[in-house]
Amino acid sequence: MTEYLLLLVSTVLVNNFVLVQFLGLCPFMGVSNKLDSALGMSLATTFVLTLSSAFSHLVYHGLLLPLELEYLRTISFIIMIAAVVQFTEMLVQKTSPVLHQTLGIFLPLITTNCAVLGVALLSITRDQTFVEAIIYGLGAGLGFALVLVCFAALRERLALADVPAPFKGAAVAMMTAGLMSLAFMGFTGMVQL
Amino acid sequence: MLELLVNNPVLSALLALSGLALVIGLLLGFAQVKFHIEGDPLVEKIDQLLPQTQCGQCGHPGCRPYAEAIAAGEAINKCPPGGETTIQALADLLGREPLPLDAEEGVSSDKKVAYIREEECIGCTKCIQACPVDAIIGAPKVMHTVIMDECTGCDLCVEPCPVDCIDMLPLPSELQNWHWPAPPGPLAPPQARLIASDQAEAVKQEAQA
Amino acid sequence: MKDLLIIEKTRFHGGIHPPECKDLSTRQPLQTAALPDEVVLPLGQHHGNLAKPLVKPGDSVKTGQLLARNEQASGACVHASISGEVVAIEPRPVPHVSGLSLPAIVLHSDGQDEAFNNPSLPCWQEASAEELLPLIQSSGLVGLGGAVFPTRTKLAGALDKGIDTLIINAAECEPYITADDLLMRSRPQALLEGIGILQKLLKPRYLLLGIEDNKPEALQALQEALPGSAVEDELQLCVLPTRYPSGGEKQLIQLLTGKEVPSGGLPLDIGVLCHNVGTLAALADAVVKGQPLIERIVTLTGKALRHPGNYRVRIGTSVEKLLQQAGLETQQSSRVIVGGPMMGFTLPSTQVPVSKAINCLLLPTAEELPLPGPEQPCIRCGRCEEVCPAQLLPQQLYFYAAHQAWSQAEEQQLFDCIECGACAWVCPSEIPLVQYYRYAKGQIRQLNADAEKAEQARLRFEARKERFEQEAKEKEAKRKARAEAAAKVAAAKKSKQEEADESPAASSATTQDAADAKKLKQLKVAKAAATVAIKKAEKSLSNLQASADATPEQISEQQQRLAAAKEQLAKAEAKLAAAEEG
Repeated sequence: MTEYLLLLVSTVLVNNFVLVQFLGLCPFMGVSNKLDSALGMSLATTFVLTLSSAFSHLVYHGLLLPLELEYLRTISFIIMIAAVVQFTEMLVQKTSPVLHQTLGIFLPLITTNCAVLGVALLSITRDQTFVEAIIYGLGAGLGFALVLVCFAALRERLALADVPAPFKGAAVAMMTAGLMSLAFMGFTGMVQL
Repeated sequence: MLELLVNNPVLSALLALSGLALVIGLLLGFAQVKFHIEGDPLVEKIDQLLPQTQCGQCGHPGCRPYAEAIAAGEAINKCPPGGETTIQALADLLGREPLPLDAEEGVSSDKKVAYIREEECIGCTKCIQACPVDAIIGAPKVMHTVIMDECTGCDLCVEPCPVDCIDMLPLPSELQNWHWPAPPGPLAPPQARLIASDQAEAVKQEAQA
Repeated sequence: MKDLLIIEKTRFHGGIHPPECKDLSTRQPLQTAALPDEVVLPLGQHHGNLAKPLVKPGDSVKTGQLLARNEQASGACVHASISGEVVAIEPRPVPHVSGLSLPAIVLHSDGQDEAFNNPSLPCWQEASAEELLPLIQSSGLVGLGGAVFPTRTKLAGALDKGIDTLIINAAECEPYITADDLLMRSRPQALLEGIGILQKLLKPRYLLLGIEDNKPEALQALQEALPGSAVEDELQLCVLPTRYPSGGEKQLIQLLTGKEVPSGGLPLDIGVLCHNVGTLAALADAVVKGQPLIERIVTLTGKALRHPGNYRVRIGTSVEKLLQQAGLETQQSSRVIVGGPMMGFTLPSTQVPVSKAINCLLLPTAEELPLPGPEQPCIRCGRCEEVCPAQLLPQQLYFYAAHQAWSQAEEQQLFDCIECGACAWVCPSEIPLVQYYRYAKGQIRQLNADAEKAEQARLRFEARKERFEQEAKEKEAKRKARAEAAAKVAAAKKSKQEEADESPAASSATTQDAADAKKLKQLKVAKAAATVAIKKAEKSLSNLQASADATPEQISEQQQRLAAAKEQLAKAEAKLAAAEEG
């Protein structure tokens, strides 16, 4: 039980996928303009991460390993991720058309999010069990959500502040992201994984 | 069976991938049917943001068709009566970039209402037929007049009038529709940064000094 | 008599303590301003809903006469504040920061100040609510604390819902203003009578009067007037620590009862009603003396006046003339402020009347109240949040208002702001915060009004479209029906034609019948024409016979004509009879 907790803490804070491992930066910068869309996006990505991590584990250990087709893992994981994202998009469109319109192209782009593929592949390299894979995916999603929501809140405040002209927009956003990353580096060593 | 597949890597690879794709395809197809949505509630939300003048300046016959076009991907900057406020509101709703207004001639932000000069009206009912919101009352050979509260200022009635007796006049500024102006802000020149009611006094003081 | 309740701690968040400057206008007792020569009475309080005038130019009116009635809930009636003649009913500038005009009744005084005989109830303690209410409703009373909300509407709401606590607002927290202070010192009995009347009508469980501790003389006057008054046993006098804005309705309620008015709600929602002391004294005058709201106490203060003090002023008096009476030094005065230094506004011109809303005219010199410096960027010090009595985040509201983020401003409860100015007072960057909030509120209200109008236009457009579709459908249906009928007739004709072809004898018979019918008709018409001719001839004959200068020849001629007409009729009848037989 403690290992699962430690795994969760490690994935959410210590080895945060966005600010420490620098994966999944595209939606991090692209959907963080408004807090509502950031919240929606982070929920969708968490959902995708957890499911794809689980299914990828099943596919790898159930199909590829017995048939000695380990080299096909990249393409089969991508197929899994694409399917999960497609399913998520249908779900979002059904539950909230406004969110669907707001997220726009970023929803299908979760497929190309390197964090999602990264979680699946890293789970394999770490030789995790099924439960561990699920927690790994969940932790990655929660970490992503935490960072995205904080960043969106900061960007909303920055939009209203008197930022000097050369720094307005993406520039000050990048600087903020860098500072957040520095802050998260402070968690290093808390959990050894 | 397993040994057969293991000994034929190409076959097993093909079978594995195509099997995976097939299963996923079936599941997704099933999900598509289950999560099918009817209509588009987004169009309602867009329509509520449009000013409902039904003037046709956007190129669509009314505000609802334009709302449907926007939901399908059309540009959001085609509504002159809505102006910047509507463009910004649509941009916020849809998460798109707010573009500058795309109109042929310059649009003034004053709200205008139509006014019929009654001495010249001949009672032909052409303007009544043209008004999209029934804001003109009258009948054939009877005086026509515009109901000020219902007129949206779309000026569709000006063209059809054969004696050209319709003017578009700005709404009179009354106490009821007076609102506080915006303060100039910290970046305005020093004199302008005093609040409006103190500026007159500052000028007076300077004159005295 | 209840013991004095001294509230020691400020129970509302924030607040400031600006210099009071009240002694400038309390050195003199209450004075009465000179009767004006001309009064201008605008037909509306500042938010529209104008009263309808009952008089026209040329009418003579007496003081207290009803000049304009207002049936709507958000308006009040207008009464003559002097006796004289109605000179005009025309747009006149009102005391508002915009300098715009409203339709107003202009009266010229005849110097007599003759009172109109309005109904009154001096023995109101024995009267019933049904007798008291009409007096209050037709008195033109509005809240004299500055908000000018019609008293009858407030009372109606309170009677409807029922209240637990009646609070009398004697706080007068704004610097410089001392109108309520002097009212309590000079006319405490009227105030207590007014409280008594309301108590009789509303029967609250608690009756509280909140007064700040910087008014010891007023408090003493109240305590001396209390024994023997109608509310001797029920009224609880409470002394509040002097803090701005303890006189704000919501803050006063929190101070005295500890309850908070819910966001966006009214005190009635928690069973509380709040009234200003000036309103209650005027209420007493309306009931006991039958005097509607025609005068009020106005504080004239500021170092640019030679005779500052409190004056009883008739509503509609020219501000310019009033200031002259108070000895205005035009060289020294920098501006004319209506209200106090915190919540007042600068008048663009003094050519306006004193309205029911004006509780103070502040004429500061340039050194006394210097103009604010230029606005500088916000340094996010957070002092504004510390002083906000409504527990809002003024800094956030400022940024949202400045960047037109209306929905976010509303989420931060922009409309709970009471515009007290405490945040602007402490701001080190001298940002005119309240102007930003007023601007934001105005824009949001305008947007909401536009959205409503757009919805209305959309409904009309849809109804019109439906109507056209309906008409088109009906036209289509009619066209079809006509086509079917035409087809039927054509078919019938065709079948008849076929029948006719088959039997020529039958057809000729029918044609003969048709010809006979036509001839019969002609003969009938001829008979009717002959009858009419006879009638005409008879009439002219009788006319001739009746008239004096008819010659015998004319009469005989007419008689011949009559005979001829009768012959015609006989012929026609004979022909007709013959035809009918045949």
